[in-house]
Amino acid sequence: MKEFTYVITDPEGIHARPAGMLVKTAAGFKSDIKIEKDGKAVNAKTIFGVMGLGVKKDMEIKMTIDGEDEDQAAEVLQKFFSENL
Amino acid sequence: MITLKGKSVFGGVAIGKIAFYKRKEQQIKRIHVEDTQAEIKRFEEAKAEAIEQLKGLHEKALANVGEANAMIFEIHQMMLEDLDYNESIHNIITTQEVNAEYAVGTTADNFAAMFAAMDDAYMQGRAADVKDVSERLVAVLSGEGEGGLHTDEPAIIAADDLVPSETVQLDKSKVLGFATMYGSSNSHTAILARTMSIPAVIGLGEELSPNFDGKMAIIDGFSGCVYVDPDEETMKAMKEKQEEDRKQKELLNELKGKENVTKSGQKINLYANIGSISDIGLVLKNDAGGVGLFRSEFLYLENDTFPTEEQQFSVYKKAAESMAGKKVIIRTLDIGADKQVDYFELEKEENPALGYRAIRICLTRPEIFKTQLRALYRASAFGQIAIMFPMITSVWEVKKIKEIVEEVKKELREEGITFREDVEMGIMIETPAAVMVSRDLAKEVDFFSIGTNDLTQYTLAIDRQNLKLDPFYDPHHPAVLEMIRIAAESAHAEGKWIGICGELGADLELTETFLKMGIDELSVSPSMILPIRKKIRETE
Repeated sequence: MKEFTYVITDPEGIHARPAGMLVKTAAGFKSDIKIEKDGKAVNAKTIFGVMGLGVKKDMEIKMTIDGEDEDQAAEVLQKFFSENL
Repeated sequence: MITLKGKSVFGGVAIGKIAFYKRKEQQIKRIHVEDTQAEIKRFEEAKAEAIEQLKGLHEKALANVGEANAMIFEIHQMMLEDLDYNESIHNIITTQEVNAEYAVGTTADNFAAMFAAMDDAYMQGRAADVKDVSERLVAVLSGEGEGGLHTDEPAIIAADDLVPSETVQLDKSKVLGFATMYGSSNSHTAILARTMSIPAVIGLGEELSPNFDGKMAIIDGFSGCVYVDPDEETMKAMKEKQEEDRKQKELLNELKGKENVTKSGQKINLYANIGSISDIGLVLKNDAGGVGLFRSEFLYLENDTFPTEEQQFSVYKKAAESMAGKKVIIRTLDIGADKQVDYFELEKEENPALGYRAIRICLTRPEIFKTQLRALYRASAFGQIAIMFPMITSVWEVKKIKEIVEEVKKELREEGITFREDVEMGIMIETPAAVMVSRDLAKEVDFFSIGTNDLTQYTLAIDRQNLKLDPFYDPHHPAVLEMIRIAAESAHAEGKWIGICGELGADLELTETFLKMGIDELSVSPSMILPIRKKIRETE
């Protein structure tokens, strides 16, 4: 299992467009991928789950990746966050 | 026959049946089903169909409005494929033994409520997306087909008004003309009509009833009238008018390749205004002598973040190359006021039109400005690029701009990047202040271009977004024309040239006046090039 945290710098937070991009990225991996904010964790492959978290600027999120391709997924997702959010 | 009167936004006559743009209003009934498995299968099939529709929309949007704006249709697909959303629908069908429409409707309400309850206005707004995709599903389920517009033959599109996402979906080969209840001359419908060169009348009010759907009608884009169920006499007169218009257009085609010269030999340049690179085709088709105003804002409006130097460079280079040596005047970013971009993080202002916009942003945030200038100068090696700066009020601003330009040139030289040293630099004359100091400004630049929309707004102290002020908004006001005359006099006194790139440049009633003032260039929307050429050639 892999974990990392990230503090959102995008002024709009995880709004629809980055949420869509995140879901698309996560869906590309077999691993179980969760995104957590304030103790509430949701499946990062569902658009309603991700948007429903209402993640805004300066909030910290935790990503948990569990599965056969977790190393690669963690790397790609970390890159995704630093480039887009 | 019913006659409606509105405001014309593009001339021409359109005759055809009215297709009323319907917004979906669905009534969902709860129906008990025995075979829940069959109902789930029905739902899955409808979902597949809805996703296909969204893929189609996504492709269309990609072609028409760019990747950033098209993404919404991809998000809609994800919503339909969302695990929680599907689970909820399946559950409701199975446990309550109800029809798929009801399950979708209930699920949509729940998810929309979740968004509506969030403490963030943006997320609250997303409730509309949930409803939108769910309505699409219900429409497929109940065999209503897609909402919006249904017409096999080309028709007159009637609507209250159309929002951008709706205009994207219109099959443009099916549009004979537009008739809308509301909207201003700057609304999306109006802009679309002008770009497509099709007859359009807006502001017809609520007399334009959805009951007219399927009825024969005529749009007279010259007079601003719409005739529903026209009588024989009107039909005959309008057909003649349409024929006359067609002949006129043919005649205009003959004017291609001809000079813009009056009978007494006075010449003037006719250039085109464009808002994106895709308009260049129209510029060439209508035989414009160059691009007189390339609004670079679209690069910023389409993006989620500041467009990079490379992104900008490739667009400017393409514009320069496509115009093959003809002049392309690119205006540096004119963000602020009515054109807002989130990532600029501009503060809300009491008077945005008088606020932090255009060159004022560039001069206080030089890093943004420099990126654009670097891209422009790099592209200058590939054609005849000229640069124009908006919203100038003072000479020091121009001096400051020139300092920054010199810094950019120095950097490029040091990096060994080729560019043209002699790129023409001009300014927009769109404030009364710029007119008053125009003689001094003319000493500093190569040319002036008058932005008549803002110049009129600032001269007459009239907010052009405010519909109520339309009766007071007189673009032919002598004060405005005097402003233009003074600016022209100043430019010429310093041996510089002057053009007009605002709406007024396309006003055929003023062509003669502008010629008399000695205006050197008119830049207008591509479809107005040939009508103005005709007017010029008929002038003494």
